[in-house]
Amino acid sequence: MILVLLLMPILAGMVAFFIKSDKIRRGLLLTTAFLHLGLTTTFWSHRPGPLFDNWLSLDAPGLLFLSITSFLFGVAAVYGVGYLIREESTPGAHSDEGSFFPNTAESVFTGCLLIFLATMTLVPMSQHLGLLWVAIESTTLASAPLIYFHRHHQSLEATWKYLLICSVGIALALLGNFCIAVAASHNADQPTTSLLLSSLVTQAKHLEIPWLKAGFLCLLVGYGTKMGLAPLHTWLPDAHSESPSVVSALLSGALLNCAFLAILRAQQICLAAGLADFGRNLLIGFGLISMVCAAVFILEQADYKRMLAYSSVEHMGILSLGVGLGGGAVFGSMFHAINHSASKAMLFLVAGNLLTVFKSKSVNDVRGALRVVPVSAALWVVGLFAITGFPPFGTFLSEFIILKGALAEGRYGVAVIYLATLAVIFAGMSSIMLKMAQSNTAPVLGSAHGVQRESFWSIAPPAVLGMVVLLLGVHLPTAIDQVLHEAAMTVGGSS
Amino acid sequence: MHSRIDIIFTLIILANLLLLSSSRLGTCINVAAIQGLLLAVLTLATRTDEPLIQTSILILSTIVLKSIVFPQLLQRAIRDSETRREMRPYVGYAQSIVVGMVVLALSLWLGSKLPLPNPTISPLALPVALFTILVGLFLIVSRRKAVSQVLGYLVMENGIYVFGVTMVHESTLFVELGVLLDVFVGVFIMGIMIFHISREFDHLDVDRLSTLKD
Repeated sequence: MILVLLLMPILAGMVAFFIKSDKIRRGLLLTTAFLHLGLTTTFWSHRPGPLFDNWLSLDAPGLLFLSITSFLFGVAAVYGVGYLIREESTPGAHSDEGSFFPNTAESVFTGCLLIFLATMTLVPMSQHLGLLWVAIESTTLASAPLIYFHRHHQSLEATWKYLLICSVGIALALLGNFCIAVAASHNADQPTTSLLLSSLVTQAKHLEIPWLKAGFLCLLVGYGTKMGLAPLHTWLPDAHSESPSVVSALLSGALLNCAFLAILRAQQICLAAGLADFGRNLLIGFGLISMVCAAVFILEQADYKRMLAYSSVEHMGILSLGVGLGGGAVFGSMFHAINHSASKAMLFLVAGNLLTVFKSKSVNDVRGALRVVPVSAALWVVGLFAITGFPPFGTFLSEFIILKGALAEGRYGVAVIYLATLAVIFAGMSSIMLKMAQSNTAPVLGSAHGVQRESFWSIAPPAVLGMVVLLLGVHLPTAIDQVLHEAAMTVGGSS
Repeated sequence: MHSRIDIIFTLIILANLLLLSSSRLGTCINVAAIQGLLLAVLTLATRTDEPLIQTSILILSTIVLKSIVFPQLLQRAIRDSETRREMRPYVGYAQSIVVGMVVLALSLWLGSKLPLPNPTISPLALPVALFTILVGLFLIVSRRKAVSQVLGYLVMENGIYVFGVTMVHESTLFVELGVLLDVFVGVFIMGIMIFHISREFDHLDVDRLSTLKD
């Protein structure tokens, strides 16, 4: 079954390159996305067995992140079809360039989108560090053409930075893999030759410590680049703000998680080898730096998509912090991954709606959105409360659990910085986002806007995502709760 | 045995120094191609205990990609964009050589610190791998042209390859081919991007790609 899940989007992606009819291609995108989602859902009742000598298998963290990816892709596909229809009639309507520019051919866009899904499916399934590396590097390659959908200077610049910085970062992760292989080959009487996660974890006591430390550092820095941990995040605001909103949503909600999962795998080995504190302190350090750095850039941010991108840096910091704290916070971190993905994807999709109407990414050009696009603007405000962790949203719950974890571990300094940055970011984001929704001054651009008709395609997907975050905050289903606990246990969480 | 491998290592070090000192992009690309060839020879010399078919597939794909396909792609990129030289690098060529020397010393020192997994490996393996990786990183940050950055990325990959082929035995062919494939597609897409950059901006100076910032 795993293989079907993997091959389906690859095949569909390849076919999409050659389909001439737009309607059929869009149908294919939707069908594949929903089949993928359906198949992933069945894994919750019946976990598929391992394949190829345990190279591919779905453990609890894998299932969790696969489900997030699959769900987001389903929602994004619905939004994407609406987006492509609009782009067809008015190319470039989604940008603040103000001039005409060509788009990448829709067939290439759809094909890359589906192959991107396939690579993101491979990441959570890979139980072999080498295969995991190959999968993560291919997510970069599949997504680069997506960022360059609008062919203009800024997106070109963003794509170049993304491609180069992430490739170099991930190259370091490859070095990390080799270091861990060297650490494993030291064991004279029982040399572990393979980089299979399971065998590394069981043999962890025999790993050579200096090499393991070097390997973990390389993996953390390498995959941390891809995950957007500060100070390695420099590509992230550019790529996330310049790509089409539907791609931004996937990059932020699904792709960053994939890199996070890779770091979790490395931490898993560290824990088993008795280096728990070494890994934890590094994760806490990177987490706090990311949060503070994001807070600084979110305040007074002039571009609302960049603001969302920096907010992703912040939340990646929270995830890393939660795992670093250990204990109950790890569960909070896993839970937060779901909440962040859903609420950030929701905000990026709504940002896409705002961009279509106001034709500008500048905060100052968007005013009185509530009067022009009432539904989108309402969702924008809901999204603000969801992402900043207001009760009763799921984000509040998960951020609270992480705080509780920090206090339980006696890390009061960490807790103080954590709360302070959350407060600053809440102030920064709400002042920007509420101004956009409410302010009564006439819009600078296109003052002729009356109330705009908003299509189902652009409203329903973010609304569904918002609903999910809300429901998770009110009630966490037992099935999800179990998988979250199981996932947290693998990286040192207490039950 | 060691002396033969050490000759290869010395040649790789020389190639790195050449890369640091040359302003002609065409020459740099050729040097990187030769370095790729050296990697293939290195594979042949170190992987003696593995099935012949596996080793030969790996060697063949290394040669085809690193010393034929990549150089061709990059040569084409500089031909199309008419960029022959790296004009004003951030760090001059004389200084680059000095940096190279310092980095070499650093790698030798670092290489002596980490315990080798088994004594049969030449003591030069680790320093050379580290040196090549660091030279690649240095090329990426100190050069202005997009082509030079891709070249730096390739040199860095070469360094990691040296590390893998000498230190890690019994690795899996499947993964190694996957890595090569990824690097190939990566360079291919970077090549396409370079084409777009030269068409949009009429130059390949990456430092002028600077409209996006806070």
